[in-house]
Amino acid sequence: MATLTATTPSVGGLSNEEILRYSRHLIMPEVGMEGQLKLKAGRVLCVGTGGLGAPIGMYLAAAGVGTLGLVDFDVVDASNLQRQIIHGTKDIGRKKLDSAAERIADINPNVQVVRHEVALSSENALEIIRNYDIVVDGTDNFPTRYLVNDACVLLGKPNVYGSIFRFEGQASVFATKDGPCYRCLYPEPPPPGLVPSCAEGGVLGILPGVIGVIQATEVVKLLLGKGQTLAGRLLLYDALQMRFREMKLRKSPDCPICGPNRTIHQLIDYHQFCGVPQQPLAPQPQPAALEQEIEPRQVKALIDQKAPIVLIDVREVHEHQICNIPYAKLIPLGELPKRLHELNPADDIIVHCKSGMRSAKACDLLRQNGFLRVRNMKGGILAWSDQVDPTVPKY
Amino acid sequence: MPKVIIPTPLRPFTNQQDAVELPGSNVGEVLQALTTQYAELRKHLYNDEGKLRSFVNIYLNEEDIRYLDKEKTAVKEGDTLSIVPSIAGGLAWPL
Ligand SMILES: [Zn+2]
Repeated sequence: MATLTATTPSVGGLSNEEILRYSRHLIMPEVGMEGQLKLKAGRVLCVGTGGLGAPIGMYLAAAGVGTLGLVDFDVVDASNLQRQIIHGTKDIGRKKLDSAAERIADINPNVQVVRHEVALSSENALEIIRNYDIVVDGTDNFPTRYLVNDACVLLGKPNVYGSIFRFEGQASVFATKDGPCYRCLYPEPPPPGLVPSCAEGGVLGILPGVIGVIQATEVVKLLLGKGQTLAGRLLLYDALQMRFREMKLRKSPDCPICGPNRTIHQLIDYHQFCGVPQQPLAPQPQPAALEQEIEPRQVKALIDQKAPIVLIDVREVHEHQICNIPYAKLIPLGELPKRLHELNPADDIIVHCKSGMRSAKACDLLRQNGFLRVRNMKGGILAWSDQVDPTVPKY
Repeated sequence: MPKVIIPTPLRPFTNQQDAVELPGSNVGEVLQALTTQYAELRKHLYNDEGKLRSFVNIYLNEEDIRYLDKEKTAVKEGDTLSIVPSIAGGLAWPL
């Protein structure tokens, strides 16, 4: 695990290079020399260097935040580049930490980057977060969100929150002194599967830019001690309507971690709490029995033999337009319950989606409705591209 | 009639509509009308005991109904109800 070195940059003053670099800050009375030195002394932990973390890291570096901790253990993938602008095409396959640190050093070499190449967990979160003044939550999953919240409440560190889905974003500031926390807003996460994921649901690439920049703004205001932060307010942004709305947030008297009768006094098992399997790289929701799954190459063989099978694609219409298997009938998962009459329980049905998650849900739904000869095509159309037809693009 | 704003994750269950006007004199009645019109929405808003789910918050204008009169909170013409579910964001679920 990375540790902060003893050679933290001197906060005694700014070099001539820094004075020129920050001149547009220095001439504003709200920042000035005093504020710029506060930014330089600031230690901010950015959890995640993905869609939200990218603009957060870049703008905080440019603004002159002295110490930026980055938590990530992921590798840059081509499908990240649509929104994770801290990484470039040349970085595909590199560790996100390496790519992000390099970009930050290019933007502002005065920033000390501290790399935490770990998955934040109950075992390491307090030790890591303890070294920072503010935490920015740029994560993409419920277990880490609750972990970040709880660790920040326990340590008394402000948690600058942002979250995105498709065209919609949320932002707030949690766990300030006397302010509400994430659990005041949502005591519990949704069970897995009830809310679609971004991998399944998609996200407008620019959206994390908007929300991440709002988070970065709040970090700078907290460090400067200027203005009104989002503490006590939940900002909602809808990019399709291009509308910002604001809801009041209160410190909940029933909050299990920051309320007067709190029941949580230490970090817990967040994967268990969120009902997510501990093994993060094995995301099969319902481990279907073997005979309930079928490999794409076996499906191709059945098609070639002209076997009487019915192949159903449960992806969305716009995904079908990207690529499809010609023999498949499109019934988006959301429409399946009311289109069951289009299917015959006597048929051999094979269901596919992009990667096998939604089709597993569709198989469960079909079985519950009396369709017993149902199989899930393992790995979805991505695996079809690998095993059967490489001209089918992956997305 | 009061207006209910539907968040993105729930729009697949309202024929992609982002706002719906519905009758009702309190929050519970309006939500009842909503889940009658769009039956698939019901299990996303309520648990098996018929209580609002804890990861879905309802706001009357800007105020959380938990701090008003909950589902008995009176609504009137021109009011806006917002359904605000927790979203995890980012890339993948589960991680
Ligand atoms: Zn709380």
